[in-house]
Amino acid sequence: MDYVKAFAVGGLICVIGQIVLDKTKLTSARILVIFVVAGCVLGGLGVYEKLVEFAGAGASVPLPGFGNLLAKGVKKEIDENGFIGVLTGGFKSMAAGVAAAMLFSFLASLIFTAKEK
Amino acid sequence: MDSSELSKKKYKNLVDEASPNSNVYRDCLKAFAVGGAICCIGQALNNLWVNLGASMDEAGAYTAIALVLSSVLLTGLGVYDKLGKHAGAGSFVPITGFANAMAAPAVEFKREGFIMGVGAKMFTVAGPVIVYGTLASIVVGLVYYILK
Repeated sequence: MDYVKAFAVGGLICVIGQIVLDKTKLTSARILVIFVVAGCVLGGLGVYEKLVEFAGAGASVPLPGFGNLLAKGVKKEIDENGFIGVLTGGFKSMAAGVAAAMLFSFLASLIFTAKEK
Repeated sequence: MDSSELSKKKYKNLVDEASPNSNVYRDCLKAFAVGGAICCIGQALNNLWVNLGASMDEAGAYTAIALVLSSVLLTGLGVYDKLGKHAGAGSFVPITGFANAMAAPAVEFKREGFIMGVGAKMFTVAGPVIVYGTLASIVVGLVYYILK
């Protein structure tokens, strides 16, 4: 059952992105920024976490889930470390994913060569 | 002869009427299928880490790392960008799309050197996402701190 929920919710979030892409001609980079900010705001309001509880990876894997992770992280840091958490929370919570993406992308640039276009 | 020309015209009209909408529907269907499938892979990984004894938060982080690694490999092999041509938002909205947006320019701009090529171009798309994501988290944090 959790796979059905993950497929349906994750698929629907992508469909929202596709409709915005087709109807507004916004670039994919702009849509990603909008999705992350929206996920962060919904996370701040505590709404997105309910969707994660319902759909698991269907809500956490799409980019709004990344925004939600930032909101969760900033709240946790403020609870634990006070005001400085406002600045440290977001960065800390994305550290693992972003550092992994930097490392793997750098290694990929060593191994692979772009094909002629 | 007459009837075949008529049916050609009819057919062309039908195509013209149907194509703009059906393209959006078709794009959405592909985005749904590919995006949903990527999330299912994420769910399977999540379940795997939890079964191995990870907490929910740890499992989420390991899932993100595993998806990022797979996506970077497929990007290097040229597979992810082919998928992207068909799947549109289905491939760029999941975290794998974020990783693809870092790995693809890193590989492509290697010829411009490791500083201004790989190092800088890696953040063409990821940079704005990180900047505005962080700014949004600061705003959320400020509001949370004040209301607490």
